Amino acid sequence: MFPADSVRKGRSAKNRASALTAGLALSALVLSGCAQSNREEGADSGSEGVDGTFVFAASSDPKSLDPAFASDGETFRVSRQMFEGLVGTEPGTADPAPLLAKSWESSEDGMTYTFELEEGVKFHDGTDFNAEAVCANFDRWYNFSGIQQAESQAYYYGMLFKGFSDNPEAATYKSCEASSDSQAVVTLNKPFAGFVAALSLPAFSMQSPAALEEFGANESSGTAEAPELTEYAKGHPTGTGPYKFDGWDVGNQITLSANEDYWGGGEPQVTDIIFRVIDDPQARRQSLESGDIDGYDLVAPADTQSLADAGFKVVPRDPFTILYLGMNQQVKELADPKVRQAIAHAIDKEALVSQTLPEGTKVATQFIPDVVNGYNEDVTTYEYDPEKAKALLAEAGYPDGFSVDFNYPTGVSRPYMPTPEQVFTNLSAQLGEVGITVNEQPNKWSPDYLDRVQAGSDHGLHLLGWTGDYNDTDNFVGVFFGQEKPEFGFNNPEIFAALEEARQVSTLEEQTPLYEQINEDIAKFVPAVPLAHPAPSLAFSERVESYPASPVSDEVFSDIKLTK
Amino acid sequence: MLRVIGKRLLMLIPTLIGLSILLFLWVRNLPGGPATALLGDKASPEAIANINKAYGFDRPLIEQYFTYVGKLLQGDFGTSIVTGRPVLEEFATRFPATVELAVVALIFAIGIGIPLGYLAASHYGRFWDHSSVVLSLIGITVPVFFLAFILKWVLAIQLGWFPTDGRQDPRINATHVTDFYVLDGLLTREWDASWDAILHLVLPAIALGTIPLAIIVRITRASVLEVQGADYVRTARAKGLMEKTIRGRFVLRNAMLPVTTTIGLQTGLLISGAVLTETVFAFSGIGRFLRDAIFALDYPVLQGFIVFIAVAYSLINLIVDVSYGFIDPRVRVQ
Repeated sequence: MFPADSVRKGRSAKNRASALTAGLALSALVLSGCAQSNREEGADSGSEGVDGTFVFAASSDPKSLDPAFASDGETFRVSRQMFEGLVGTEPGTADPAPLLAKSWESSEDGMTYTFELEEGVKFHDGTDFNAEAVCANFDRWYNFSGIQQAESQAYYYGMLFKGFSDNPEAATYKSCEASSDSQAVVTLNKPFAGFVAALSLPAFSMQSPAALEEFGANESSGTAEAPELTEYAKGHPTGTGPYKFDGWDVGNQITLSANEDYWGGGEPQVTDIIFRVIDDPQARRQSLESGDIDGYDLVAPADTQSLADAGFKVVPRDPFTILYLGMNQQVKELADPKVRQAIAHAIDKEALVSQTLPEGTKVATQFIPDVVNGYNEDVTTYEYDPEKAKALLAEAGYPDGFSVDFNYPTGVSRPYMPTPEQVFTNLSAQLGEVGITVNEQPNKWSPDYLDRVQAGSDHGLHLLGWTGDYNDTDNFVGVFFGQEKPEFGFNNPEIFAALEEARQVSTLEEQTPLYEQINEDIAKFVPAVPLAHPAPSLAFSERVESYPASPVSDEVFSDIKLTK
Repeated sequence: MLRVIGKRLLMLIPTLIGLSILLFLWVRNLPGGPATALLGDKASPEAIANINKAYGFDRPLIEQYFTYVGKLLQGDFGTSIVTGRPVLEEFATRFPATVELAVVALIFAIGIGIPLGYLAASHYGRFWDHSSVVLSLIGITVPVFFLAFILKWVLAIQLGWFPTDGRQDPRINATHVTDFYVLDGLLTREWDASWDAILHLVLPAIALGTIPLAIIVRITRASVLEVQGADYVRTARAKGLMEKTIRGRFVLRNAMLPVTTTIGLQTGLLISGAVLTETVFAFSGIGRFLRDAIFALDYPVLQGFIVFIAVAYSLINLIVDVSYGFIDPRVRVQ
C-alpha cells in the first residue's frame, strides 16, 4: 500500500523497541544495585559490632499472643521470647528446670506444691511478679468457661488439668495460695506426677494480671460460636521474658525488642527479633540463601546436606519425636496379632531411616524417645526378618499374603515425618517383599487425612507420629493408647487401665517401673509399629555461631551467639 | 450514564443472592471440616464434635445459610475460625497488598501489552509480529507458579537483583499509614521504604502480569488488524488524512473497545493468579490468605471472600462498561 511509509514506521518502531529493551535492562540494573546497597546499609547496628536484628522465618502467624489459648509451635516460639513460666527446661534437654520459681517442693502425697519464687522480677508493664500473680494465673486457667474451654482454645489446660471450675470433681487443680510475696502453694485435687514438667509449657506462662485485666484477656468477645481474639491476645502480651512485644503486622511479621530491665540480666546480642511469616518451606530456604532471613526451623531432610555444604549452619535437635506405622484392627487381617507381628518383622527400620529420614534420626523400638521416663531397654523387639514375617503370615492363614489399604498424608511435612510420600513408598516396597500388597490411599493432610485416620474406621495401615510437648510419658503413650480410638480400632482394657493408673502415680520414681511394663505390654500387643525418632533440624546464616537447640523447642533467642 | 450505573448496581443484588447460595453449598460440601484443620493432629473426635457444635456446623445447611445472610446484612462477615479475627478486619489488612500488586501487574501488562500488540499488527506477518505471537503464546502457556519460581530463582536467588519474598525488608523500620507500602513511603518521606517496597513488587508483578500481558498483546493485535482493514479506515486514507491521525483517532481508539473488556476481565482474574504468586513470594495479600482459608476450610473467610469477589467482579465490569462510553460515544447514547 504505502511501502515507503511502512519502512519508515518499521524503523522507528524498531528503535522504540530497542529503546524499550535497553530501558528495561537498565532499570533492572539500577534496581538491583539499590537492592544491594539497601541491605548493606541495614546491617550495621547493635552492640559489639554485630547486627542485633535477628530475622527468623516462621511458617505461620502465631494463633494468638495469649499462650494460654494456644497449642501450636509458632505461637509458642514467639511466646517463649516474651513469657516465662514457673518452670523452664534444662538447656538442651526436656527436663524441667527452675525459671521464675527458684525451687519447689511437693508434699508426700503429691497433692501440694510449694514454689519459691525469684524476687525483684517485674512484668513488662512494670507491675510486680509475685505469688499473687502466680495464683492469679492459675485461677484464670481454672476459671475458663464456655468456648474458652474448647480444645481449640485452652487445649493444654484442658488436657492436663482435666477440668475447670464448673466441674471441680474432674479437675486436677484445686487452689493456689500466696503464703508470702515469694512463695506460692498450689494444691491439687488428685495426684499428677507430670505436674512440674507440664508447667514448662508456654501455655502455662506467667502473664501480668494487670495487663490481662486491662486488655480484657478473659472477655472472650464475639459469640460463643466464633470467639474472637481479645485485645490482649491481639496486641498486648505482657510477660517477664527477655523480649518485649513491639508489633504484629498480621500475615507479615512480628517484632520484639530486648527487655532492658530483664531480671535475668545480661545484654543479649540479639536486640531485636523479627519473625517473618513465610509459609512455603522452599521459600524459607531461598530466603535464607539470599540473606533475607537469618534462620528457620524444620529444614527439609533433602536440604540439610546441601545447606551445610553451602556454608550455612545446620543445627539438629535431639529427637523428641516418634513416627509409627498404625494398624487399624477393625480390618480383619490386622486384628490378628500374628499378622501385626509379621508386619513388624517385615520392616527394615535401618533402611527406612537411612533412605528417607534426616541425619540424626534414631531407630525406634517403642513409642517414647530414650530420654523419656519409663523407656524400656529390654523391650520386646521385632528384628527385620522377611522369612519369619512370611512364616507368621502363613500361620495366620495368609500364605500368599493379602492386600490392605495404606493411608498416608500428602502435601505436609511434620517434624516426625518430613516426607510422608517417601516413607510410604519405602514401606510399601518392604511389605510387598513378604506378600502384603498395599492399596495406595493418599489423602491431603488437612483436613482429609486426619479425619479419615483419627475419626473414622475407613483405613488400614497408616502413618502418623508425634512430637512431645514436654517430658512426660503419658504425653506419648497415653495419647496413643490410653483409650479406645478409631485410629487403632482396638479395645484393650488392661492397657487402658495401666495407663490411667500410671498417670495418677505421684512421683516419677514410682512411675518408672509402671511405664516400663506398659511399654513392654504395648510392644507385645503391637497396635502399631514404632519406626523412628526423626531429628528435626534448623538452619541459620553463617553469622550465627550458636543456637540453643532444644528437643522441645524451648529456645530463647537471648542465648543466640552471633559473629557479625 | 448515572441511570445505567444505578441499574447495574441494583442488578448486583440478585446476582449476589444467587452466587452466595451456590457457593455456600459448594464450600460446605467440600470434604472434611474446619474442626480437624483447626485442632490439628492432637484432636480427639469429641473435641471435633464440640467445635462443630459450638460453631453451628452441625445444624441444617439451610439454617446455617440464613444465619449467615442475616449477619451479613448487618455488616457482620463473621470471625475467621483459624485466626480468631473478624473476616472484614482480615481483608482490610491484606487488601492493600493485593491491590498494590495488582495495580503494578496491570501497569506492566497494559504498558507493554498494548504497544507490543499494536507493533505486531502494524508489522503483520513479519518478524515483530511473529515474535510477539510466539511470546504471547509462551506467556499464556507457562503456569503462573512456574514463572514465579523461575523469576525468583534466576533474578532473586542466583543474581540477587531483587528480594526473594515479602513486601518490604523487615529490617527497614517503615511507618505504615495506608498499608499501601509504596504510597506510605512517599507520604512519610521515607524514600528508602518506598523504593524497597517497589523492589519487592517487581518480580511478583511480572509473574502475575504475564498472562494478562500475553492476552492483551493478542487481543490488541487482532483488534488493530481488524480495524485497520475496516472501510472507514480505508476511506480516511483515501481522503488523504495524515497517517498519525488515522492511527490515533481511527485505528487505536476503535481497537481499544475489546481490549478494554479484556483488561476488565483480566483484572478480575488477577485474584486467582494472586493466590499462586503471593504464595511463591510470601506476599501477605488476600491471595495467600484465601489459600490458607481453603486449606483450613475456614468457612467464614471463604464465604466472605466469595461475596467480596462477586462484588469486586461486578464493580470491575461496571467500570469497564462506563469506560466504553468514553471510548465509544455510541455506547453512551444507548
